[in-house]
Amino acid sequence: MTALPVAPVVSAEEALPVDEAVDAALERRGTDPTLLLQILIETQARLSWLPPHALSRIAAALNLPYAHVQGVASFYSFLSLRPVGRYRLLFADNIVEEMQGSRALMAELCRKLWLEPGKLSEDQLVSVDVTSCIGMSDQGPSLLVNGLPVTRLTPERIGEIATLVRDEIPLAGWPQEFFVVADNVRRRDILLSSALQPGDALRKAVAHGLDGLVAEVQRSGLRGRGGAGFSTGRKWELCRQAPVHEPRGRVVVCNADEGEPGTFKDRVLLTLMPDHVFEGMTLASFALEAKRGFLYLRGEYRYMRDHLEAVLARRRREGLLGRSILGIEDFDFDIDIHLGAGAYVCGEETALIESLEGKRGVPRIRPPFPVAHGYLGRPTSVNNVETLALATLVTALGGEAFAKIGTSQSTGTKLLSVSGDCAEPGVYEFPFGATFGEVLAACGADRPKAVQHGGAAGITIAEREFGRRVAFEDAPTAGAFMVFGQNRDMFEVARNFVRFFAHESCGFCTPCRIGTTLLKDLMQKLEAGHGSPLDLAEIERLNHLLQATSHCGLGQAAANPVLDGMRKFRPAFDARMLNKEFQPAFSLDAALERARQMTGRDDAQAHLTEERA
Amino acid sequence: MSKAFRLDGVSVPFEDGESVLAAARKAGHFIPHLCWDERFPPHGSCKLCVVKIDGRQVSACATPAREGLVVQSATEEIVDERRELITMLFTEGNHFCPCCEKSGNCQLQALAYDLEILAPRHNRFFPDRPVDASHPDILLDFNRCIFCELCIRASRDVDKKNVFALGGRGIDKHLVVNAESERLADTNLDKDDLAANICPVGVILHKRHGFAVPIGERIYDKEPISALDLAAAEEERS
Repeated sequence: MTALPVAPVVSAEEALPVDEAVDAALERRGTDPTLLLQILIETQARLSWLPPHALSRIAAALNLPYAHVQGVASFYSFLSLRPVGRYRLLFADNIVEEMQGSRALMAELCRKLWLEPGKLSEDQLVSVDVTSCIGMSDQGPSLLVNGLPVTRLTPERIGEIATLVRDEIPLAGWPQEFFVVADNVRRRDILLSSALQPGDALRKAVAHGLDGLVAEVQRSGLRGRGGAGFSTGRKWELCRQAPVHEPRGRVVVCNADEGEPGTFKDRVLLTLMPDHVFEGMTLASFALEAKRGFLYLRGEYRYMRDHLEAVLARRRREGLLGRSILGIEDFDFDIDIHLGAGAYVCGEETALIESLEGKRGVPRIRPPFPVAHGYLGRPTSVNNVETLALATLVTALGGEAFAKIGTSQSTGTKLLSVSGDCAEPGVYEFPFGATFGEVLAACGADRPKAVQHGGAAGITIAEREFGRRVAFEDAPTAGAFMVFGQNRDMFEVARNFVRFFAHESCGFCTPCRIGTTLLKDLMQKLEAGHGSPLDLAEIERLNHLLQATSHCGLGQAAANPVLDGMRKFRPAFDARMLNKEFQPAFSLDAALERARQMTGRDDAQAHLTEERA
Repeated sequence: MSKAFRLDGVSVPFEDGESVLAAARKAGHFIPHLCWDERFPPHGSCKLCVVKIDGRQVSACATPAREGLVVQSATEEIVDERRELITMLFTEGNHFCPCCEKSGNCQLQALAYDLEILAPRHNRFFPDRPVDASHPDILLDFNRCIFCELCIRASRDVDKKNVFALGGRGIDKHLVVNAESERLADTNLDKDDLAANICPVGVILHKRHGFAVPIGERIYDKEPISALDLAAAEEERS
């Protein structure tokens, strides 16, 4: 277990006057408009929310329209334009943690604090709500309190939290064990057992030369670990070929925005092997002749920032980052850490770049692709955390040795974030080609009925498919591996994912913005027992439209969990239909609720039964 | 000989740099669109101009025309998708055509008629979107916004005023104005700005001009939007 130092988040207890808070953030970050999101995050950390006057002051300093600043601030879930509690508690709304009782724990906390979810307490002390998966599903249920993760929630721990909040104890005074994040590494292969020292791979790369390095990565067959599986060597090659207008004008971005529900392997890599990741970025900068690098770290992992900054500082001291790396003239490259603020869509590489530029995280029209036209129009290579760590390994081991592991089309190993109904949740490194059965045996899953592979956007693997293989050519994945036992309701699984997509849709294109909400409403209708075969047909229709016409992968994938669920676990859906014929979504009796409230009546005469209606 | 691609079996000539939509329109073939406007770069958000190329649906406005492309547009599948998208827009906002000043001049309504949509199929969302009547000359009725972002682009790129922007995310996305008070009166919008005159639906309305032309005699009351759009393209060329 690694107990990471709790970042000194200024919040809650020591809120500053607005102007001072804004000026402090501006002083630290400067007034470059690309830093808008970072400035908003820092300002909120000092104020707990973003009042209009703070937005005005930031807009003036950055010379941006007020509406633009408001538009950016209101895009990200963690930024709030309305007062939130000095203690802001956000429960992870992840299906695995929901199965472990997170909803009941949240209700219990709300009861103890005399609070409704999503509402601010009258004394402005506390608010409780849900947020998308925070990357702790191997040690849930979990929540974020003022941005810091609290794991392994139990009714006792909820009781303690309620007392700490009521007594207004500053976070620094909370028991340190609340904030311990376990690594839970369960199976190591070449990557997680790598003993490479900082600089080893980089020195090899310099010996190879630019062309040699790219050729080595191409030889390895390394493919992107973010899920899409694009060849890393090819991506670097395309980026290298794109013209630049200034020396070392290309950009290297590490995508550490792992927002797929149920994934957490990048958290573990960044915790245990940050040097591998940063060295991978530096290798890319060598190959691409890039000067600027960014680590885009999801807001949920903000607690890691100090740890990562310390690693960067050490690498600069060791001559592995900054000016004249390894003493080579003109080999200049440095890395900035940019924080996200609660937006799954920013895992999409063009949305991520927009966010890096300080804008709303809306995916761009492609082509042009980032390799030609990325961050501020410069050729940009966006690679996943795991991909970059593996690039370090490939460079040290040699492409050929790496290519011998795994399958012919999926070389090397894959980190799986295993959670759910199994004895030992955590990170498992398997060579590509491992079967679901092997992984399930390793994690101690007892006769599971399904695996959600690749997160909400992935595929549902049913029991009869456990012989399939984890590989790009069979069942590709970004790493999430959620196990569901025999007693789990796969309808609820699909419903949770649909809710997730509706919450995370950026709203840019018509089909995803409206379609995900329509899908959510239809699943709600089914849940309420008002479903009919017509609704299932309607769901199919919506799914087709989402897949065919959405602007980016989010909308295209939003239909997957329901389609897979309906195909493979149909009885769970059919069980929701009380009536096999038409059923209206509208309930006459429910429509009278407001009138009942206004008149204070709840007797039998104030209700419409089915017959009377 | 000029370059050409095929649209529903017909040859369509194009010039380098032209999109599938622009080239088709110039050649007299209507592909429905709401967020596209020839004065601005393609936006690609409404998805109404969806066409099928190589088995994949793409936005015609954002797809550069290429020699030999085979484009499907007026197929039953694609037309059905467009109907669904229009229906979704009616579901999302509060569109009560009979009492809307834009009725008959509204592109959303006109496209719905053109695609023969008769009634919405979904439960409407009925969002709560108060109007902004603070400005002396302009009324903002957010209930009808379809997020084409034309006003945003016009104000930013042509008027150079940045009066409009988008706030929120997903289904909570909404139009915002450039004032801490969130009132249009506190922006520098002028009724003659392009942004004040570009709304394809009934969000940005001029005060004191109600029903000057009777319903039944308005733009799309007389001719379908497909014919009028192509006529406009013809005029632009001559």
